[in-house]
Amino acid sequence: MTKKSLEPFLWTLFSAGGVLAALLIPIHLLLFGLAVPLGWAYPSYEHLLVLLRHPVTRVYLVLLCTLALFHGAHRFRYTLYDGLQIKHLNEVINVLCYGGAIVGSVLTVYLLWRIP
Amino acid sequence: MSDTITLHVARYRPEVETEPTFQEYQTPCRKDWVVLDALNYIKDKVDGTLSYRWSCRMGICGSCGMTVNGEPKLTCATFLTDYAPGPVRVEPLRNFPIVRDLVIEMSDFMRKLVQVKPWIIRADEKPLSEGEYLQTPEELDEYKQFSMCINCMLCYAACPVYGLEPHFIGPAAIALAQRYNLDSRDQGARERMDLLSDHTGIWGCTFVGECTKACPKSVDPAAAIQRYKLKAALSWFKSFLLPRGAS
Repeated sequence: MTKKSLEPFLWTLFSAGGVLAALLIPIHLLLFGLAVPLGWAYPSYEHLLVLLRHPVTRVYLVLLCTLALFHGAHRFRYTLYDGLQIKHLNEVINVLCYGGAIVGSVLTVYLLWRIP
Repeated sequence: MSDTITLHVARYRPEVETEPTFQEYQTPCRKDWVVLDALNYIKDKVDGTLSYRWSCRMGICGSCGMTVNGEPKLTCATFLTDYAPGPVRVEPLRNFPIVRDLVIEMSDFMRKLVQVKPWIIRADEKPLSEGEYLQTPEELDEYKQFSMCINCMLCYAACPVYGLEPHFIGPAAIALAQRYNLDSRDQGARERMDLLSDHTGIWGCTFVGECTKACPKSVDPAAAIQRYKLKAALSWFKSFLLPRGAS
């Protein structure tokens, strides 16, 4: 069972995504949701662009977005299973949830790649 | 404060009823009375036909678990005055079939409990002459909180996953398996693994956390399950990296 099932792998993504999102997303919200709009910090466009071009920043953002998306996908899958009691549609749900996370991850890489 | 309180008690007498109904009783509401005292008062003085389980009255035997105002509680540890002026609704534990009144059918839990082998398993027993299996206080702390479980099944009544998926092994049985897995004297972790790492085992849990909230002995079954998930996930990765001989 353990070797055949993907559940341990999906749970690892869920777990890592949950920890990272809970620790880091509040910081991002504080910085870009409050500090910058309210004028507590004044990073220039050029400054942020340089920061974003750095490979470490890109790897960090890809990891944060990908894992958070897989966390959401896993949680949403079980919410649909148990909340709406539609476990019999599990194949469709899996494709939609994890497929959505994969699409989102590819989009993240694409957008970061496109930054000049 | 009024010195009486109203109890709405769930009744189910399968020989005369097809589904449970409620019956209203007035009982004294003394400061030192718990819900179980009120039930005993009803049984002794008002209505001898009321059926429920109880034994020790002190949170050890785990037999008086019921649903009090919608929450799974040990009725011997739930004070009436906390629900004053009432009424207090007393129902059988949720997620279990009802045998009669407040008595639930618990054989599903008993069967699952045995399946996880909650006892010390040794590959090789050392002879008595070599003495005890010694344990440091740190080794004891590893599993001690999980050993506090009294099998009261409140966590099963609280668990929405168990309510939807009766094959789920459930919080207490997994916590008790962990109680032995984490015991330095035990060597049975591998024997328990197939059952625990099945989709009806730890992977059935969606980490709602209600089991931990409901536990009257402050055991943390949700933590036991999450810890075991991490262990099972690591061994899953190992089985890919070292296909032969990995545990």
